[in-house]
Amino acid sequence: MQHLKFLESESIEIIREVAATAAKPVMLYSIGKDSSVMLHLAQKAFYPGPIPFPLMHIDTDWKFPEMISFRERMREDIGFELITYTNPRGQSEGIGPISHGSAVHTDVMKTEALKQALDHYGFDAAFGGARRDEEKSRAKERIFSFRAPGHRWDPKAQRPELWTLYNPRINPGETIRVFPLSNWTEADIWSYIAEEHIPIVPLYYAAERPVVMRNGQWIMVADDRLPLEPDEVPQMRRIRFRTLGCYPLTAGMESSATTLDEIVAEVLGATQSERQGRVIDHDGAGSMERKKQEGYF
Amino acid sequence: MIVDLLRFMTCGSVDDGKSTLIGRLLFETKKVYDDQLRALASDSKAFGTQGEKLDFALLVDGLQAEREQGITIDVAYRFFATDRRRLIVADTPGHEQYTRNMATAASTVDVAILLVDARKGILVQTRRHSRIARLMGIRSVVLAVNKMDLVEWSKERFETIVAEYRVFAESIGIDDVTAIPISALMGENIIAPAPDTVPWYQGPTLLGWLEHIPVRPRGTRQGFAMPVQWVSRPNADFRGFAGRISSGTVQVGDRVRVSPSGQESTIARLVGGNADLSEASQGQSVTLVLADEIDISRGDVIAAKQEPILHSSQFDADLIWMHEHHLLSGRPYLIQLHRKTAVAQITDIKYRVDINSGSHLAAKTLEMNEIGTVNLSIDRTVPFAPYQEDPGLGAFILIDRLTNETVGAGMIRHALRRDDNIHTQALTITKTERSALKMQTPRCLWFTGLSGSGKSTMANLLEQRLFAEGKHTYLLDGDNIRHGLNRDLGFTEADRVENIRRVAEVAKLMVDAGLIVLVSFISPFREDRAMARSHFDEGEFFEIFVDAPLAICEGRDTKGLYAKARRGDLKNFTGIDSPYEAPETPELHLHTDRLTPDETLHVLLASLR
Repeated sequence: MQHLKFLESESIEIIREVAATAAKPVMLYSIGKDSSVMLHLAQKAFYPGPIPFPLMHIDTDWKFPEMISFRERMREDIGFELITYTNPRGQSEGIGPISHGSAVHTDVMKTEALKQALDHYGFDAAFGGARRDEEKSRAKERIFSFRAPGHRWDPKAQRPELWTLYNPRINPGETIRVFPLSNWTEADIWSYIAEEHIPIVPLYYAAERPVVMRNGQWIMVADDRLPLEPDEVPQMRRIRFRTLGCYPLTAGMESSATTLDEIVAEVLGATQSERQGRVIDHDGAGSMERKKQEGYF
Repeated sequence: MIVDLLRFMTCGSVDDGKSTLIGRLLFETKKVYDDQLRALASDSKAFGTQGEKLDFALLVDGLQAEREQGITIDVAYRFFATDRRRLIVADTPGHEQYTRNMATAASTVDVAILLVDARKGILVQTRRHSRIARLMGIRSVVLAVNKMDLVEWSKERFETIVAEYRVFAESIGIDDVTAIPISALMGENIIAPAPDTVPWYQGPTLLGWLEHIPVRPRGTRQGFAMPVQWVSRPNADFRGFAGRISSGTVQVGDRVRVSPSGQESTIARLVGGNADLSEASQGQSVTLVLADEIDISRGDVIAAKQEPILHSSQFDADLIWMHEHHLLSGRPYLIQLHRKTAVAQITDIKYRVDINSGSHLAAKTLEMNEIGTVNLSIDRTVPFAPYQEDPGLGAFILIDRLTNETVGAGMIRHALRRDDNIHTQALTITKTERSALKMQTPRCLWFTGLSGSGKSTMANLLEQRLFAEGKHTYLLDGDNIRHGLNRDLGFTEADRVENIRRVAEVAKLMVDAGLIVLVSFISPFREDRAMARSHFDEGEFFEIFVDAPLAICEGRDTKGLYAKARRGDLKNFTGIDSPYEAPETPELHLHTDRLTPDETLHVLLASLR
């Protein structure tokens, strides 16, 4: 079987399995390319019916404006149920990546917000778009990842996962995170987006954008919240994003790729890893593993 | 060119160089990015075992704890690609206590690379891993003789190891062995051949082999089969059965038979993703629409009519125990077999396999990482296929009912004779019709409580009343049944379980016939009552806890049994030397020490109305 067809069938099986066994599932929707693929797979899994669970976007208030408008367009086009959630404490205290640093921002506005939202709505299973090829600690993650009360991930207490017999059973207070894209690589995601004509946020395509250079990375001046250093003058550069997160925490790359085929070619020839543009991954050795244990995706 | 996907695993002993090999494959196929390479260079200095050189093993050993201990303690999945193929590798631990992880990895891969240290040759671990791989259905193996640079690329040494392994592999049924001399550290024969270093070897490189080995389906079954995962009913016009095809090919117009119901129909539509298909094959997730309105639910199997899927409740199976709490024979576990979840018990451990020697040992239990052949009894008939024929329909996991942890993984060898080849006959007259004729709602009223608590008295009074009202009833009483149907059973734990199983089956048949059945059995164990309940539809089973303190029951002692038990003449008597597990959430709780029988009957009738 062609490898994308295999991956598609495997992911659809996983998504259906959650719908069939979880009491109250939710799909986390980050608006990025992986979420776009996951959403497309969910549509296919239940076609001709609607997606039988809501999507939830954890909004940190620091997403690129283009991401939010894309989200609203998708909601109208597809007609899924969308929940958006922002940590009220973080919002009232004005937590942000510039004022508080990337570590505090990520902890409060993403990890804490996600846990609050899951508890608030009582979701017992949450889909995430994480892939095993992204990062070393993700490579050992189960597809059905068991979380103890408090959403903690204990890498030593994971259930053995054999064949496609995912164990969905939990006691009260426990939850499951499910990763239908576990076996996809970045190249697979892009090839599939191209093959299936899946809509994605325009920021993935190269365009002239206002940027400043910080620590060797192009940071986009997406709105007037980015304080500029005295010597910094935004300049127009032809950049695109390989991965999308909160805007001051995600760096763009110089590129001329304006079509999916060009993006695929660029990804296949890349010499830097995808998460290299993510500022938060460099907060110290094993930082992703630590964030995961605390409940981050 | 169509790029396909191969999944493989690496196994071998600690320090055979597995992680180094995978790190090398990633590096050579350009799957290591510059920023990762920089991290690797600094990690190599901090944790590496290769001095100033890059330690490729650190690319793969992900978790911090592992890095510090220097061993892999879990399964890690890695991805790389050539122009022909996407490859997913499961890196598995070599250390003995992590056998369960090796089985986990083996359950999803097509082929295995078995690493052997050229200096050490075939070890106990090599045999163990080969046996597990074979048990899990892997038939193609590469014997990668590593660290050949440390034996001066000795052809003789290589051939001795290979000859020894071939004899062993043949004895356990691995029919396809390719041997390759390599050095994971230096890179010879991994990607490119090394004619200068190894002039005597003309075979494939490791990557060459991985690129060209055909991906075979793991099972031998040819006919179409698909376990139903999800019933899709978005509107009145569409009713589809979604699942992933586990064997064969299906086309629109094909006749199919559903197991276990035995009903037949024709494929009217085949939906794959958002388009209609004319044909679909093994591995594809699809939605089937049938020409006839038949009742199918999750866990049923739709299969080719000419090659239908059997169903049974008793199996002979291989079992790998995966939990530190050992296996308990007779304890009910949850079983997940394809998309069916039910309650299962191990009724007999036929033998345990010494995974090092392959010999069969007598065993009363299985400890973590032990493998055995067992008899398995499931509380209902389930569709299945032997694992060798269709792993998708023959593989199962066992789950602890309290902690929900996965405790075992197994593979069905075959159904036990008793219900082998028995198809359920689809009956035209159903429970609904039968009970409509009797103008009543069939029910199972299950009275549980200590001996002397008043179960039989209350059941008897209730039946008289129902009978007077013109209801069709039957009373199954523990003592009476033990004189007939269950005459062969004693009072050991296993016999008590069987006692309840049989009476639950009988009660189910009677409810199916449209009767109101009253069951009066001590039935002391919660698990057993839960098992009985699982035979019935929602709302059909009515658990009545007939409760009186032990002292009062013993004071009544209508049959003189408490006195006997106190003297020690009667063993395993409930309440004396065998426990009674009170219901936690019965439908009705009767206190017979506080009410007269007539008052109790009043309460009982009120709650049944």
